[in-house]
Amino acid sequence: MFRSLAPPEYLAKIDTIKCIRCKRCIQNCGWGVYSWGGDKVLINTSKCVKCLRCFHYCPEEAIEIVDSPTRFKSNAYWGWNVIRNIKRQAETGGIPLTGMGSDLPYTILFDNLLIDACQVTNPSIDPLREPMELRTYLGKKPSKASFETGLDGKLRLKEKLPPQIKLKLPIIFSPMSYGSISLNAQKVLAMAAKECGIVMNTGEGGLHEDLFPYKSNVIVQVASGRFGVNPDYLNAGVAVEIKIGQGAKPGIGGHLPGEKIPLEVARTRMIPVGTDAISPAPQHDIYSIEDLRQLIYAIKEATNYKPVSVKIAAVHNVAAIASGIVRAGADIVYLDGFRGGTGAAPSVIRDHLGIPIEHAIAAVDDRLRQEGIRNEASIIAAGGIRSSADAAKAIALGADAVGIATAALITMGCTTCGKCYTGNCSWGITTQRPELTARLDPEVYAERLINLVHAWEHELKEILGALGINAIESLRGNRERLRGVGLDSQTLDILGVKPAGR
Amino acid sequence: MNHDYQKDISGCGLTGLISKKRRRVSGSSIVKSLCLMNDRGNGLGAGYAAYGIYPDFKDFYAFHIMYDDAGVRFSAEEYLKNNYHIEKIEEIPTCPVKAIPISPLLMRYFVSPLKDRLVGDTRPDDFVVSTVMKVNSEIEGAYIFSSGKNMGAFKGVGNPCDIAEFFKIEEYEGWTWTAHTRFPTNTPGWWGGAHPFTLLDWSIVHNGEISSYGINKRYLEMYGYKLTLLTDTEVAAYMLDLLIRRHGLSISMACQALAAPFWKNIDSKETDEAEALTALRQIYGSALLNGPFSILFGHANGLVGINDRIKLRPLVAAAKDDVVYMASEESAIRAICPSPEKVWSPRAGEPVVVELEKK
Ligand code: SF4
Ligand code: SF4
Repeated sequence: MFRSLAPPEYLAKIDTIKCIRCKRCIQNCGWGVYSWGGDKVLINTSKCVKCLRCFHYCPEEAIEIVDSPTRFKSNAYWGWNVIRNIKRQAETGGIPLTGMGSDLPYTILFDNLLIDACQVTNPSIDPLREPMELRTYLGKKPSKASFETGLDGKLRLKEKLPPQIKLKLPIIFSPMSYGSISLNAQKVLAMAAKECGIVMNTGEGGLHEDLFPYKSNVIVQVASGRFGVNPDYLNAGVAVEIKIGQGAKPGIGGHLPGEKIPLEVARTRMIPVGTDAISPAPQHDIYSIEDLRQLIYAIKEATNYKPVSVKIAAVHNVAAIASGIVRAGADIVYLDGFRGGTGAAPSVIRDHLGIPIEHAIAAVDDRLRQEGIRNEASIIAAGGIRSSADAAKAIALGADAVGIATAALITMGCTTCGKCYTGNCSWGITTQRPELTARLDPEVYAERLINLVHAWEHELKEILGALGINAIESLRGNRERLRGVGLDSQTLDILGVKPAGR
Repeated sequence: MNHDYQKDISGCGLTGLISKKRRRVSGSSIVKSLCLMNDRGNGLGAGYAAYGIYPDFKDFYAFHIMYDDAGVRFSAEEYLKNNYHIEKIEEIPTCPVKAIPISPLLMRYFVSPLKDRLVGDTRPDDFVVSTVMKVNSEIEGAYIFSSGKNMGAFKGVGNPCDIAEFFKIEEYEGWTWTAHTRFPTNTPGWWGGAHPFTLLDWSIVHNGEISSYGINKRYLEMYGYKLTLLTDTEVAAYMLDLLIRRHGLSISMACQALAAPFWKNIDSKETDEAEALTALRQIYGSALLNGPFSILFGHANGLVGINDRIKLRPLVAAAKDDVVYMASEESAIRAICPSPEKVWSPRAGEPVVVELEKK
């Protein structure tokens, strides 16, 4: 047999002295790295993706997974992955796929932004003693309010606001469809969303009946494949999202292979079992902003005017596009930066298309203000939010809320190995294999995700307190409280942020 | 939208009084009250605003303008003449004070917009606001620091007593007074930077530092305001102008946008009121002035005192007969009203709204 000239990325090693032959690693590995050789565990290291499931479940700490020490001669220009991809393409003629967000070393703007704090002239506020408000409402707001006083002398709102999505804190779970992730993973998101007073997003795979109890914490998505879309579905959640693009693969559709479409997924998506689920690159009824407007209003009519969100990938002229989307009637603009995750995307697309979310937030927020329509829609920023600090910076740049997905999967065991597209996720997340999904107990993992959200909530409150403000709306768009370090003046200008020291 | 600005930071003391029956009181009281708080300023800025001081010209906008030199005066007056009927031009009366060796040229104009300049449904007030924005941001060296009717602001670089003497404050008589002394923590030296800050008949004196300044500024810019002074006071003044004059909110609702009640308090209200206050916060989140402040704002029909939502800056109020006093310190009130009938400390975020009796 022809042995691939693309060497293995990792080396899985078992210490045979420590190993007690319990075979747990064989059971746990979704990629078939391990097999039983009669008296010891055999290792096919070329299959290893370093998801570390085996490492965590080995009772004897006998397993070690290391980056393969056998590398091509190091070369700053022809890097390991560059050569390896060429070899793989030479062997297959295919497009190498990948999962998760881009891991290339582009400048991380978040890491070049620092947040202000109070000293003397304005006191900081202790979040343990004083109320700290993170409550956020997503949706269209009128530019001004009008009130009246009733005959009873009581204050009343004259014109009601369009419906708003109430969030206990400015974080939502970004769309991940049933099909790309397991139902158990979706349940984790739904349970945590409910407990935390936020929302999850179905992605484009329809809404499984097991999630019906969580409807008031769900945004349903309509994407180019229109999977699972019917009037009940549109009306099921608190809002509907039209997905135009995804940060990890702007301009690219989706392809869920038939092997990942068992009965339940097929039912939820309303397609036959085992057929490929193809999401075309564009929505075939949207070829212009006018078409988008029609779809937005068709959905509004079908849902008695629930908020409609439009999700786009952050691309070069994102500001003009977002402005068009707002004028087309969207209540929320969801911006997905190029670092955003994916279940499957061609590496070349993921790693080379789009722009960072930080730039996109700044450009869109500026443009909507210049046009005097910032109140017309909320901005959700997603695509690489790693921590509460990233969230705070995104909000200070101008986002109303941030979307997190990878961080949520990490609480379920994900190690960002990036092999989601194989459908073999050993953690039971991006797979439909029943023996793998069964290991993701929703109750257990929901607890962990809730912990994460609560931790970030506390951290956001600490940040606000240090800033001397006690409501999140005073951070939103408050770029005066950010400073850039090591950024050139043009970048600072686009971000609307001063350099540190000024 | 320029982001590369240096915000002006200062600490301060403020005081104000209002006679609800429109009895015009001499400036000497407010001067006495302010001078008691000398230690709250550092001699780098003080000012006064008074209402009811120009009864003979009460139907004209009174523009107080400071000029760096006679040349700019010429170009600004050209502009005014083209757009306004000018009833009277005069120098603002001043008296030489040793501690104030230099001052800008200070002029006073009583004007009304020319009819044919009010195109469409532009109201005179809107026209005046656009003049103020234009002159202050476009005519270098000219600065309109007062533009209301039957009211005026007097301010400059100096300590409260010297500024009072310089402008002969004791010679004016008004029914509402506000005053301010300043403690700037960065480079001082510009007369326009002192308080009160005014626009039409809004006058604001402010003590504090608004930590939400960045978003407040950007929010106002969306509505066409040009923030040239980079002070919190300017933000507060424009915010009130936007909310009250342009959006038609009541004073109390505007105050609740600036110092929003906490969600837990809103949630516990009855349905209608909770819904109204929720909407107020949803719509005016970017108008919330967050961070320590106490503000007095005077207007044609009254005086309002307000604190930030957790009262990080002092504000004391007192009343005797038809006069209500508000100041940073109780002593500043007792200096001019030794035995008030009532003295209280307004609660965080709860405005003290005093209205003049109807004429
Ligand atoms: S899990 Fe650990 S102890 Fe068990 S067979 Fe695998 S390597 Fe050996
Ligand atoms: S979800 Fe699973 S396959 Fe995807 S990166 Fe995480 S661990 Fe790897």
